[in-house]
Amino acid sequence: MNILREILWPLVAVAAAFVVGGIVILVIGDNPITAFGLLLGNSFGSAKDLGWTLFYATPLIFTGLAVMVAFRCGLLNIGAEGQLYVAAFATTWVGIKFGGTIVNVFGKDENWSWMSLPWYVLVPFCVITAIVVGGIWGGIPGYLRARFGSHEVINTIMLNFIGIALVSYFTQYWYKVPGDAIMQTAEIGKAAWIPQLHEFLPFIPKDVPLSLAFPLAVLMCFLVWVFLWKTKWGYELRATGQNASAAEYGGINPKKQIILAMTISGSLAGMVAVSEVLGNRHNYYDGFSAEWGYWGIAVALLGRNHPLGVFIAALFFGVLMRGQIFVDAFTPHVSKDVGQVLLSIIILFVACLQMYSMRRRLVKGTI
Amino acid sequence: MSDLFNLALLFSAIRLSTPLIYAALGGLFSERSGVINIALEGLMLAGAFTAAVATYELHNPYLGLLCGMAAGGVLALVYAISVIRFQADQVVAGMAINFLMIGLPALISGAVYDSSGSTPQIDISNLIPPLSRYLPIGLLSEISVLSAFIVILVPLVWYVLYKTPFGLRLRATGENPEAADAAGVNVIRLRYIAVTISGILAAAGGAYLSTGQSSLFTRNMTAGRGYIALAALILSKWRPVQALFACLFFGLMEALTIGIQGAPWAKMPSGEDIPVQFIQMIPYVLTIIVLAGFIGLSRAPKALGIPYRKES
Repeated sequence: MNILREILWPLVAVAAAFVVGGIVILVIGDNPITAFGLLLGNSFGSAKDLGWTLFYATPLIFTGLAVMVAFRCGLLNIGAEGQLYVAAFATTWVGIKFGGTIVNVFGKDENWSWMSLPWYVLVPFCVITAIVVGGIWGGIPGYLRARFGSHEVINTIMLNFIGIALVSYFTQYWYKVPGDAIMQTAEIGKAAWIPQLHEFLPFIPKDVPLSLAFPLAVLMCFLVWVFLWKTKWGYELRATGQNASAAEYGGINPKKQIILAMTISGSLAGMVAVSEVLGNRHNYYDGFSAEWGYWGIAVALLGRNHPLGVFIAALFFGVLMRGQIFVDAFTPHVSKDVGQVLLSIIILFVACLQMYSMRRRLVKGTI
Repeated sequence: MSDLFNLALLFSAIRLSTPLIYAALGGLFSERSGVINIALEGLMLAGAFTAAVATYELHNPYLGLLCGMAAGGVLALVYAISVIRFQADQVVAGMAINFLMIGLPALISGAVYDSSGSTPQIDISNLIPPLSRYLPIGLLSEISVLSAFIVILVPLVWYVLYKTPFGLRLRATGENPEAADAAGVNVIRLRYIAVTISGILAAAGGAYLSTGQSSLFTRNMTAGRGYIALAALILSKWRPVQALFACLFFGLMEALTIGIQGAPWAKMPSGEDIPVQFIQMIPYVLTIIVLAGFIGLSRAPKALGIPYRKES
C-alpha cells in the first residue's frame, strides 16, 4: 500500500498538470491532444528517439540524485547548478592541462597543456576532479550550516552566483581561445573523451550524443540506494533528516551528517561534467547547463526522493525535453516552452499534494 | 578616483536598485508574516511580462503597471494557496512559480506575437516617464517616476509595519502565530494578505524593468534579481529602511560592473582591468558572511517557513 501511495500522488500531480496545461494550450488556440501527442509520442519509438530521451535524462539523473541525498538529510540543495558549473570547469581544466591540448591561436599552434596522460589515467582523473570539486562546492554550504547554522537555501543560491561568475572569469581571462567570439574554453584532449554509445552499439544513430555517462548515471542510482539504505553512514544520514535531535540523542553527530550529505550532493551534481564535458561538448561553455541543477529539485521531488523514482522522473523529463522540440515545430502556436510550463505546474502540484500523502500516513500511524 | 562616485554612477545605481527595492519590500511583508518568498523572482517576471504586454496594447504605462501589479497579486495568491492551504514546501513551491514564469510568458508571447523570445517594442513615449515630465527639479528630474516613488514607499512600509495594528499583527504572526491566534489575529487570512502584497510590490519592480528601464519583455529578464532582493532582505535583517540601503548597495555594485569597464582607476596592481566577475561576486560573498553571523546575527522571523496548523 505504501508503494502504491508513493506512485499514486506523483501520477495525480502529472495528470492534473496536463489538464491545466491542456487548458492553456486550448486558450492559446491549438489542439491539446495533438500537442500532447507530439510531446509524448516521439521519445521511445526508435533507437534514435530513445537515445535522445536518455541523453536528455542523463544530467537530470545526476542532479536529481544530488538533490535527493540532501533532501534525505533534511536539506534543500538549490546549489546543484553552481556545483555542476564549477565541477564542469575544473574537469575541463584537467582535460586541457593533462590532455595534451594544442590550441590554434591566430594560425599558430600553442601548447596549453602540461602533459599528455593516456586515457586510462586521464578519464578517471577527470571524473574524480568532477566529483571532488562538485563535492567541495556543495560541502561549503554544508559546513556553513553545520558550523554557523546559516540556512543552506540562501547560501547555495549565493554560491551559484559566485561559482558561475568565478568560472566565467577563468574562461574569459585564461582558457578562452583568443579570437573566439563565444565564451567557451579550448577543447579538452582527445584522451579525455569518453566513448559515445553509438561507437559500440551500431543500432544507435551517429548523431545521438548519448555517452557512457548514461550507464554511469544508472550505476550511481544503484550506488546511492546502497549507500542510503544498506550502509551505516546512509542510515545515520537519513536518521538526521528524519529527526535531527533524536538522531543526536542516539549518538549520531548531525553536523557531520549535514556536511557529508551536502558534499555527496555536490559530488553527484558535479558528475554532470562527465556527461557534458567528457561525453558531449568536450569543453566548458558559459551557460552550458539547461538549468539542470534547478530541475534536479523537481526530479527529486517527483521521484519521491528514491533513486528508482529519480531515474523514472528524469526519464519523464527527458521525454518532455525531446517532445517539446516537436511541439515547437509542428504546432502553429505552441512553442517549446510548453515543456517547462508543464514541468513547473507538476512541481507545484506535487508540492501541494505532498501534504495528503504525509497526512494520511500520520493519521494511519496514530490509529 | 575622482570619477568613482560621479553622478552618472549614482543615477545608474538608483536605476538598477529600483526593481530590487520594490521586490525586497514585497518580500518583507511575506517573510515578516512567516512565509518564505523565494518566488519573488517569478513574481517580478509576472509583473514585467504583464506590464510590457498591457503597456504595448493600451499605450499607457500606468495602466500597464496596474495590470502588472494585478498579475503579480494573482500569482502570489496562487503561491499563497499552495503554501498556506496545501502547506506545500515553501521553497519548492516558490521555485515552481519561478520556473513557471520563465516558461509561461514565452509560451504566451510565442502564441500572441509569434516570438517566444520577447514581446514587441513599446513606443518610447509610452514608457514609465522620468520625473522631469511632471517636475522640473534639475538634477534629479531624470530619475524615473517609479524610482522617485520609493521616497514615499519606504516610509510608508515602515509606518505600516511598526505603527499600525496591521503591522503589529503581521510581525506577531511571523514570530509566534499561536500567540497571535490566541490574541484574536486571523493568522491564515493575514498571511494571504501579506503574500499578496508581496506579489503586487515585486511585480511593480518587474514592471519597472520592462517598461521603465527597457522597452520590452525578454525571456527571464529579471536574471536573478528576485534572489538578490531576497539576499538584500536578509542583509537588512527584515527591516524596511535597511532593506533600502542593502538594495542601493547591490545596485551600486551592479552599476560598478557596468561603469568599470575601461575606467582608468579600475586597475589591478598588475595594470590590468579588474575583472567584472569579481565585483559581481561581492554582494553574494557579503550575504554569506552576514548569514554566518560575522556582521551581527541575522535573525529571521521565528515562524518563517513553518506552515500554521490551527489547533482544533
